[in-house]
Amino acid sequence: MGQITLNQVTKSFGDVEVIPPLDLQINDGEFVVFVGPSGCGKSTLLRLIAGLEDVSSGEIAIDGTDATHVQPARRGLAMVFQSYALYPHMSVRKNIAFPLKMAKMDKAEQDRRVANAAKVLNLTDYLDRRPGQLSGGQRQRVAIGRAIVREPAAFLFDEPLSNLDAALRVNMRLEISELHQTLKTTMIYVTHDQVEAMTMADKIVVLQAGRIEQVGSPLELYNAPRNKFVAGFIGSPKMNFIDGADAAQFGAHTIGIRPEHITLSTTEGLWQGRVGVAEHLGSDTFLYVHVNGLDPLTVRVSGEVGVRHGDTVFLSPDPAKLHRFDAQGLRQS
Amino acid sequence: MATQHSRAAARLMMAPAVVLLLGWMLVPLIMTLTFSFKKYLPLKGGDLGWVGFENYIRFFTASAFWPSVLSTLILVGGVLAITVVLGVLLALLLDQPFWGQGIVRILVIAPFFVMPTVSALVWKNMFMDPVNGLFAHLFKAFGAQPYDWLSQSPLLSIIVIVAWQWLPFATLILLTAIQSLDSEQLEAAEMDGAPVLARFGYIVLPHLARAITVVILIQTIFLLSIFAEIFVTTQGSFGTKTLTYLIYQRVLESQNVGLGSAGGIFAVILANIVAIFLMRIVGKNLDA
Amino acid sequence: MARRVSTRRKAITTLAAWSVGFLIFFPILWTVLTSFKTEAQAIADPPLFLGFDWTLENYAVVQERSDYLRFLWNSVIIAGGSTLLGTMVAIPAAWAMAFVPGKKTKDILLWMLSTKMLPAVGVLYPIYLIFIQLGLLDSRIGLVVVLMLCNLPIIVWMLYTYFKEIPGEILEAARMDGATLREEILYVLTPMAVPGIASTILLNIILAWNEAFWTLNLTAAKAAPLTAFIASYSSPEGLFYAKLSAASTLAIAPILILGWFSQKQLVRGLTFGAVK
Ligand SMILES: Nc1ncnc2c1ncn2[C@@H]1O[C@H](COP(=O)(O)OP(=O)(O)O)[C@@H](O)[C@H]1O
Ligand SMILES: [Mg+2]
Repeated sequence: MGQITLNQVTKSFGDVEVIPPLDLQINDGEFVVFVGPSGCGKSTLLRLIAGLEDVSSGEIAIDGTDATHVQPARRGLAMVFQSYALYPHMSVRKNIAFPLKMAKMDKAEQDRRVANAAKVLNLTDYLDRRPGQLSGGQRQRVAIGRAIVREPAAFLFDEPLSNLDAALRVNMRLEISELHQTLKTTMIYVTHDQVEAMTMADKIVVLQAGRIEQVGSPLELYNAPRNKFVAGFIGSPKMNFIDGADAAQFGAHTIGIRPEHITLSTTEGLWQGRVGVAEHLGSDTFLYVHVNGLDPLTVRVSGEVGVRHGDTVFLSPDPAKLHRFDAQGLRQS
Repeated sequence: MATQHSRAAARLMMAPAVVLLLGWMLVPLIMTLTFSFKKYLPLKGGDLGWVGFENYIRFFTASAFWPSVLSTLILVGGVLAITVVLGVLLALLLDQPFWGQGIVRILVIAPFFVMPTVSALVWKNMFMDPVNGLFAHLFKAFGAQPYDWLSQSPLLSIIVIVAWQWLPFATLILLTAIQSLDSEQLEAAEMDGAPVLARFGYIVLPHLARAITVVILIQTIFLLSIFAEIFVTTQGSFGTKTLTYLIYQRVLESQNVGLGSAGGIFAVILANIVAIFLMRIVGKNLDA
Repeated sequence: MARRVSTRRKAITTLAAWSVGFLIFFPILWTVLTSFKTEAQAIADPPLFLGFDWTLENYAVVQERSDYLRFLWNSVIIAGGSTLLGTMVAIPAAWAMAFVPGKKTKDILLWMLSTKMLPAVGVLYPIYLIFIQLGLLDSRIGLVVVLMLCNLPIIVWMLYTYFKEIPGEILEAARMDGATLREEILYVLTPMAVPGIASTILLNIILAWNEAFWTLNLTAAKAAPLTAFIASYSSPEGLFYAKLSAASTLAIAPILILGWFSQKQLVRGLTFGAVK
């Protein structure tokens, strides 16, 4: 079981309120991602759940029982830290077995679980090495191994991939997703990278300045962002925002249109503009188009297109995919 | 990383050290303060009642007081001057590339590890003795009259001994500071056409300013309470009676505890004035 | 950075540095050499550098006449005991200050340091009195306690600076893994901090070994360590240079060796982090 409920949880450091009152329900077996810009309080929230920080007020319940004042070790949660936090003086085997040793589990069972975890994580050949002798990805796996042997009610990950290079990051992303499918244990995963959030989550929690902006599945957030912040944060490249007369024409204070929902034409369209930079990725082409009176618009075109820097192009938004926001930034439709 | 529980634990973990040091500081200090206002003569019955500020007045007006202040100032100032100037020069020298850096470093540091009684006795007898000392031999070899260091220039002799002990400390700290100097800064200055002396004056010395301050403050605190070197050489005679030694004599030799305690309180205040400056620097570094 | 330095310049620097190093080290060298001479050779004029008959006689005499080993043992007990005791008190305190810093942590650290700066002579009589009351005068246990208290601020401080370098996340990981505070300190923090703890112990053994105010004033025959042993040579034995040298060599040799190992930590330990 791994159901976590936050009820009116707040956290202040001194006079600074980092988390204003916050409610959140995490269901058993869910893969929940906390996403938001750096410094928005994601780690703090995770550490409150872990018990590494006290809440300033409010309650945290795990599987229906109040855990607000329970010691971290007794909450039945396992955490994977950004720096991995491996014990440098212990072998991989001892690192993974450490929580079991602390739980005074018998030696045979310890060995069995360590061997099991090592097999799942491809660490069997490295069990007798020290963390210092491992690559970044391997260290990451040891940290995960140390978490899974405990068979926790939920896993907490704090930006676990941010210290890895890009290629490895994609790999580990898949491995963690697979792990979740195998174990079916609740996972709470913190990242500032919306791509990680979109690809891994069952449920995304978008945070800004400690406040929850929206909770929903990746596609809900993509298709129906509650406000401009979520709309701009989810999706890559970022959504284009247009104010003023061009927005009023659609009956909104601000309109938002994703780069992939703009049609490009060399002959006709709503807006006329000049191509600035064109980024050719092969599968896609990103064009940055300067339209008079507007901020540059990003346009995403599938495959290759025959336009170059300085060409005049015409852009039209897909009306069905247009997002309308009011003066407060809330989405109207 | 702080929960109520870990804060409570932290208080508990700090308690033994804090309590011990608090006791170590307060109990004797309060006793000294009390004694300083009393006529207290252990050999003549001990506590003979309150006398107000009489001990302080007697301590400060005694004929030995000002000479002891002067000796202390000369001793501390002399050692500081020698160790800082030679320390800077030595640090500059040792910072240059040369063969056997490790060994020379060890040779230079060694005196710091010699216990004060040993260095004092070795210098007193084997170097400064007017008959058999090495300096006497050296003087004779050049046809000069041997010099009786400890009776003719007793304070200078002690300054030499103490400076020899503390030179390594100054050198080591200044060397560490020099090595942290960004060599690109020096190279930039060289490109700008600054000659060696200007580079030293405008870049190296300002960079060392803080280290020099630290050396001066820390050494001052230790030098103010120099004891063993005087104890085994002159026993405070011939104008080598520093404040510390004067207080020591009042307390243990003449057994006038009240008088000695008044002096002790004075020494504590003096040390604290130096300590405040040191604490400022250390405190600033803690924040950084 | 490594700029090529001309060999000529390097040679000159080498000569200068070695000369200065030799000069500074000379009193120690001379003491060691003299300890192997006969008394007559020790005061010979002109002085004898290497051309003398090496003898171990002085060492035998020193041990026989003044029971060097007893003083050595006292030094070991006092320096080692005070340092170990201090370390045991300081580790938890340094843990708290490094990993659970509060608003007052800095003040406490600075206050601890300031106690190190109290002039000993100011509190000599009270300590003396307390020692008489408790029957601690001329006892090793008494000195162990006093030197422990003297050096506790330095020990706490050094450990604090070493602990600060250990990422707090590792200790948090241990806490998540179910380690109690005791287990966290014993199985995770201490093994990771072994180099720092070792240097701290080393430097403080040296400081305690060479401490020469309390050891001279609070001991007599029974508990006197090597500082007092040497002080007893101030007269008239001091005139027997070879024996004085042998005694001195014996007193400083153990610590000189330890000292050379700890030279890197010296700066850190004695400047309280004010110079890096
Ligand atoms: N121990 C602390 N003391 C004071 N402020 C803190 C502490 N930890 C975090 N903060 C502040 O709380 C805010 C949120 O931090 P954090 O949760 O680490 O953000 P994120 O993980 O989203 O980048 C930041 O502004 C940070 O400065
Ligand atoms: Mg974070």
